[in-house]
Amino acid sequence: MSNTKLINRRDFIKKSGLVASLALGAGVWGYVFYSDEPVKKTKKHIMTVKDFRVEPIKTYPDIAVAQGRDVEAITKKVVDRLGGMSRFVKPGERVLIKPNASWDRQPELAANTNPLVISAIVKMCLEAKAKEVWVTDVTVNDAQRSFARSGIEQAVLKAGGIIKFPSSNDFVETDLKGDALKVWPVCRFIHDIDKVINVPVVKHHSLSKCTIAMKNLYGLIGGQRNLLHQDIYTSIADLATAIRTTLTVIDATRVLMRNGPTGGDISDVSEHHTVLASIDTVAAETYALRFLDLKVEDVPAISIAEKRGVGSSRLNDLHIAEV
Amino acid sequence: MKKLLSYRNIRRLYAGFFLLLFFLLIFLTNFRFMRGFEVALFLQLDPLNAIATFLTSWTIYKGLIIAVVIIISTLILGRYFCSWMCPLGIINQITGSILQKIKPVDAYKMNSFRTAYRIKYYVLTFLLVLAIGGSLQIGLFDPIALITRSFAVSVFPGVNFSTGALYLNQPVFYGGVLVTVVFLIILFANRYITRYWCRTLCPLGAMLGLLSFSPIFAIRRDVDRCNNCQRCLKNCHGACDPHSTLKTSECMVCMNCIEDCPEGALRYGLPAHKSAQVTSLDINRRRLVESAVFGLIAFPMIRSSVNAENIPQPSVIRPPGSLAEKDFLRRCLKCGQCMKICPTNAIQPALLESGFEGLWTPIIINSIGYCEYNCVLCGQVCPTGAIMPITVDKKIGSGGEKPIKIGTAFYDYGRCLPWAMHTDCIVCEEVCPTSPKAIWFKQVDVKMRDGSIKKFKLPYVDVNLCIGCGICENKCPVKDRPAIRVTSVGETRSNKNKMVLKENKI
Repeated sequence: MSNTKLINRRDFIKKSGLVASLALGAGVWGYVFYSDEPVKKTKKHIMTVKDFRVEPIKTYPDIAVAQGRDVEAITKKVVDRLGGMSRFVKPGERVLIKPNASWDRQPELAANTNPLVISAIVKMCLEAKAKEVWVTDVTVNDAQRSFARSGIEQAVLKAGGIIKFPSSNDFVETDLKGDALKVWPVCRFIHDIDKVINVPVVKHHSLSKCTIAMKNLYGLIGGQRNLLHQDIYTSIADLATAIRTTLTVIDATRVLMRNGPTGGDISDVSEHHTVLASIDTVAAETYALRFLDLKVEDVPAISIAEKRGVGSSRLNDLHIAEV
Repeated sequence: MKKLLSYRNIRRLYAGFFLLLFFLLIFLTNFRFMRGFEVALFLQLDPLNAIATFLTSWTIYKGLIIAVVIIISTLILGRYFCSWMCPLGIINQITGSILQKIKPVDAYKMNSFRTAYRIKYYVLTFLLVLAIGGSLQIGLFDPIALITRSFAVSVFPGVNFSTGALYLNQPVFYGGVLVTVVFLIILFANRYITRYWCRTLCPLGAMLGLLSFSPIFAIRRDVDRCNNCQRCLKNCHGACDPHSTLKTSECMVCMNCIEDCPEGALRYGLPAHKSAQVTSLDINRRRLVESAVFGLIAFPMIRSSVNAENIPQPSVIRPPGSLAEKDFLRRCLKCGQCMKICPTNAIQPALLESGFEGLWTPIIINSIGYCEYNCVLCGQVCPTGAIMPITVDKKIGSGGEKPIKIGTAFYDYGRCLPWAMHTDCIVCEEVCPTSPKAIWFKQVDVKMRDGSIKKFKLPYVDVNLCIGCGICENKCPVKDRPAIRVTSVGETRSNKNKMVLKENKI
């Protein structure tokens, strides 16, 4: 039989060499990978959110408010009153606009930010020579449907902006350093941009009473957001503390008075034809409470955020310019 | 030099075109690209779908009428569909040519007719007898429904898993691996016999075979020129024996034999003076009758098992616009178009929820997705009207009309955070899409364990307003088994699956 053939010296050395190197390999493999852990741990890189604010300038008002039927015009007016977009966006910067586009609803139902407010801001950013203008929202309904039906996608594309649909891979662990929100998956776009403009719509909400500027920041985080309802005011304040936006433009052209935050009936909507802007999220939010007939005491998130130094809710001490 | 514009190459061009068209139409079955395209084109061209749904419900529904084009052309041209148009047939052929490496001498053996190839006619007979009874099981075996389902449930999600290029979020399917395994087995069978599926099991192939019992045009062999070398079998698609008495019911008009014949003895056309005899079906009549009788006997037994028609099933939540279960099982091909287009991945292939008959029919599983309030896409792509095309206004109810209800939400108060754990929540109320919201709450003072009094909002469902969309279940923070769950009861489509006598104010 062939396998009983005697081995010659050359083959013996060859074979021994092969076996020795495999044996050595096995030894090295065992030495390198021996572990007490069942699964290899990879060190997670945890990001932090940068500060997107600009320096406050005393000569400009704290809040600018405008009323009118031409939504794009009044949006431009309030931003111009605060010093124009060039105060907030420097040439070559990448800007992220965060509308409320959470729901698969038509613009008239006021569940999402008015697309005209968004397009006006996109245009202003591009006029201020922004490199790119991104618009994103982590929506509750399907993202593609919500952006399409809210009219925001069309308005943004027409104005020259870019819609960024966050997919499940677009979230990175980020330390929000809050009381309720600690390390949490945050939309990675926020780490790739220079400025953030928060553009919420004013809406009723059964649990938190209202959803305006601070709660709109929910749309920048992922993870199991539905847990945040268990301590909603703290988590809203945590978000406002963690993500310090450049500018807040509040859309009160149509206000959802009841059945929020989804709405669904035209009779839930009240028209106010108003847009306001501020670099102070808390001040802007406090001002917008009037549209929902709320007071500061009704919304504890505001006082929590104010105590942390996010902004001021004392409207009497602020310079409010109506244009 | 080889002729470039040969019959074979023309056929290859057509095959490539239809295969790409099929991929494109599946790709377009998506909210972003819906612009009124006939995305169900292949399902509508398929005469088996038209005939089987005709037998179940005596109508040729809308687009299914274009199957007549295939029926008539098959009567004239033969069973060309399988080699020229059928995406599964073309994929099988390509897979076979990749997987097989056999000597020409064996190729002759492989491509000659076998009696096993009669099985498809028995499968067809059995399925059509069931269809006459009112159970549409054709979609399990129909190649177009099968490959559409495989692409919607397995291939596209699989490609997305590897590349991330096709969807925003990775779709997942309930028991989807079963669809995958069937599809891969069919592909792998080509390793042994090329077009194993098409030749042996395909009921559409059998149907088209019946239609091409005596086509006007066929492959004709000139008996004078033929020297019986049998090279015509080398690349034969249909195993139709062109070297002897051609079986027109098996011939897929692939034209390979014409190209392969060194004597130029074969051509496609009308019979001529020296043409050899052709034959049609080669089936065993006794077996055929057996399978028909088998269907007749099996049908009442199949119908004696539980499905959502005779005993309403909580988890059989059909997409909005679905027919009543009895008619639904008569119409649904299990093709998976609705599963492909559903933007929230809510529509899932059922396993045994509605009995064996309901295998792979669409049900909504709210832990995976939910029915989007303003969305009616599933009805737009359904080729057979199992899910009727409805307008958004009809779905959500406008101008005093009642909305379409697909189920009702119920609380599991033992798991609900405000009820059981005295914790703020009401996410369900936040996301409830109706106006006024079907989910409402009572604000109550609750005495806590330490004696302190706290206010909580305890949620309730208003059965008159709930449409069963399931977004509450989907967004409930109690992840594994949500504290609010939708079951099918109260669905508009059923007269049976009811619970309230009349609408009462809560």
